[in-house]
Amino acid sequence: MNNNQMCESDGKSRTGSGTGEYFITYPDQVLENVLENVLLFLKSRYDRNAVSLVCKSWYRAEAYTRSDLFIGNCYSVAPRRVTQRFTRVRSVTIKGKPRFADFSLLPQDWGAHFTPWVLTMASAYRALEKIHLKRMSVTDDDLAVVAHSFPNFKELVLVCCDGFGTSGLAVVVSECRCLRVLELIEDEVTDDEVDWISCFPSDGVTNLESLAFDCVESAINFESLEKLVARSPLLKKLRLNRHVSIPQLYRLLIRAPRLTHLGTGSFSPSEEQPQNDSSRESDYLSAFAACRSIVCLSGFREIAPEYLPAIVPICANLTSLNLSYANIDAEQLKPVIRLCHKLQVFWVLDSICDEGLQAVAETCKDLRELRVFPIDAAENAEGPVSEVGLLAIALGCRKLQSILYFCQQMTNAAVVAMSKNCPDLVVFRLCIIGRYRPDCLTGEPMDEGFGAIVKNCKKLTRLAVSGLLTDKAFCYIGQYGKLVKTLSVAFAGDSDMGLKYVLEGCTNLQKLEIRDSPFGDSALLSGLHHFYNMRFVWMSSCRVTREGCLNVARHLPRLVVEVFRRDEEEGGERGDFVDTLYMYRSLDGPRADAPRFVKIL
Amino acid sequence: MDQKKTTLDLFNNVDLATELRLGLPGTDNQPEIIKSSLSGNKRTSSEMGSSTCTDENESRFSPPTKEQVVGWPPVRSYRKNILQVKKTESEMGSGMYVKVSMDGAPYLRKLDLKMYQSYEELMKGLQVMFKCIIGLYFEREGYNGSQHVPTYEDKDGDWMLVGDVPWEMFISSCKRLRIMKSCEARGLGDC
Repeated sequence: MNNNQMCESDGKSRTGSGTGEYFITYPDQVLENVLENVLLFLKSRYDRNAVSLVCKSWYRAEAYTRSDLFIGNCYSVAPRRVTQRFTRVRSVTIKGKPRFADFSLLPQDWGAHFTPWVLTMASAYRALEKIHLKRMSVTDDDLAVVAHSFPNFKELVLVCCDGFGTSGLAVVVSECRCLRVLELIEDEVTDDEVDWISCFPSDGVTNLESLAFDCVESAINFESLEKLVARSPLLKKLRLNRHVSIPQLYRLLIRAPRLTHLGTGSFSPSEEQPQNDSSRESDYLSAFAACRSIVCLSGFREIAPEYLPAIVPICANLTSLNLSYANIDAEQLKPVIRLCHKLQVFWVLDSICDEGLQAVAETCKDLRELRVFPIDAAENAEGPVSEVGLLAIALGCRKLQSILYFCQQMTNAAVVAMSKNCPDLVVFRLCIIGRYRPDCLTGEPMDEGFGAIVKNCKKLTRLAVSGLLTDKAFCYIGQYGKLVKTLSVAFAGDSDMGLKYVLEGCTNLQKLEIRDSPFGDSALLSGLHHFYNMRFVWMSSCRVTREGCLNVARHLPRLVVEVFRRDEEEGGERGDFVDTLYMYRSLDGPRADAPRFVKIL
Repeated sequence: MDQKKTTLDLFNNVDLATELRLGLPGTDNQPEIIKSSLSGNKRTSSEMGSSTCTDENESRFSPPTKEQVVGWPPVRSYRKNILQVKKTESEMGSGMYVKVSMDGAPYLRKLDLKMYQSYEELMKGLQVMFKCIIGLYFEREGYNGSQHVPTYEDKDGDWMLVGDVPWEMFISSCKRLRIMKSCEARGLGDC
């Protein structure tokens, strides 16, 4: 039975079929009607969840009016349960694998399949317009189902997904006539050698507003792309992959001067171009100068640094600049960053060194988010950035809200300085690449630095710790980190007490990921009162035993407790301890698609 | 490191004039070399195809680390790969390694073209490495007076005779080398 066939004679509810629209008649229920009209304006899912708890009629009204669905863990609820409760959904966001999957800590075929979701939604949500997936396994068949099932389909955003290829993309772009947004962000897209860019309908103009394919490794048909851009008058966001050279970028820019977001592709000359082609430089400068609307710039996938000055004309307008694939040094950065007064988001490689960060701190007074990635991720590498750079940022960028900082050495003093100078910090993620490294000046553990962060940054909700840390650091986190929702721990702590402090103290904790830390069964038990409030708990290479996990599973029947080994050996244990523990609440019990090596207790 | 030096020294001491062989390149007379290169220098052992798990993690340009930890630091493999490729490419600027195969040999070698300034030096290096005689290059007849002919694959994927183009041009277009037996090489020099 699906919604299309439901047609009750008392006029309670009737939903339309297959035309891409929903409609309802309410002859008698004026109050519910009023409520529904009011609820249409309620967008926040937290508020909606609260509304749905008031009483049964409010629950129903809320369910009818929820158009944006957010599923934080695809295994927390079965697709059917969702489509039966919420019948008028236009936008779906689903998140799958835990974040540590990004770092090869999750075996390949673990799960997070989109298939059961798309099949269920295909019949239930005829008016679906938007799908946003993160860390899901999506197949080409799934994409075909999307293309065929939703006549009004407008937006597809895939972040950190895999399992599909260019042939799946081809089906989507050729059949989704209303497509406005296609964003592929950090996905693994197999090269099926299909020219998907040429599959956009070639008649008339497109509705495209955003096209991002910077993660697609396969080459694209540039002539088709150029024609596509030429017939997409609404295009505002364009993110190219590394197979687009500077001269090609130039040709696209002159066709799309109204872009607001640009991913530049390789940002290096093409193979055929002579090396020092200075005659074209003024062309590139004027092309960028014509793009007065660009506020967000990324790409630079294989940058030829001598071309970087071409972006100078637009620097003053930039609010977001992503140079995290550009191997440039401080001297190459300075002429550009000195002009970026409005910059709020800056992603960069540590190749710019502390000196580069100082230049950032001097100019970017409005900086909200900074990410500094390591160009050399080895533990014994030379660290181009250090506590010096962090301190410069702390002193110069008082409005900082979010920071991700990779370095080889750090001091408590610099971290404390940031905690005091950047009171708006919401996200603090410090990764000292060398494991167990103490304060490089005092030789002490990094406890005091992270302690200051949780104590002074009153708005902090996300924290990632590193370096040499004792249980004391976790005592601070438990004591002061009352708003912390996400905590990432690696190679830290002394004993079970560390984890106990966190589970007992962090009342708002939702996502906990721990690896290679000496926390065991008794620590795990201290969180029993809280696990149902959490999205998930991940513990790998810790000291939890199978017995300990079983104990938790017995106490909490609605918790799915998964145990497995990263190398997919069955049993899940490595010696005395469990290799990986991944547990999450679920309304519909253990999942049916768990692979053999995953044991659900 | 010492063992690597020993290997090279032994090659240098070989008397080329009498050493025309179709045997395995760099073997036989000195079995000690193989043993020592297998057990010693990681670089050589990876070239010989015995891959230990550490070889995959170590790029040949980074000093050996104590142990590679999976998923640490938490940088997405996508990002790591791109940077690793770029790093290798920029370091490749100071070393241009191409694969070299010799007909009849069971495995290939790698050769740094940047180590040589001219065809003469390259020929000397090839002859040392493969214990063969290549002979002299003639513009019209190709390689005369030898059982082996050096060829290379260029950017377009074509197999060309080594020596026709200026050295600099050769270096920039050579993708790999192959030492053919001269009976098979007939036809390459005729233009």
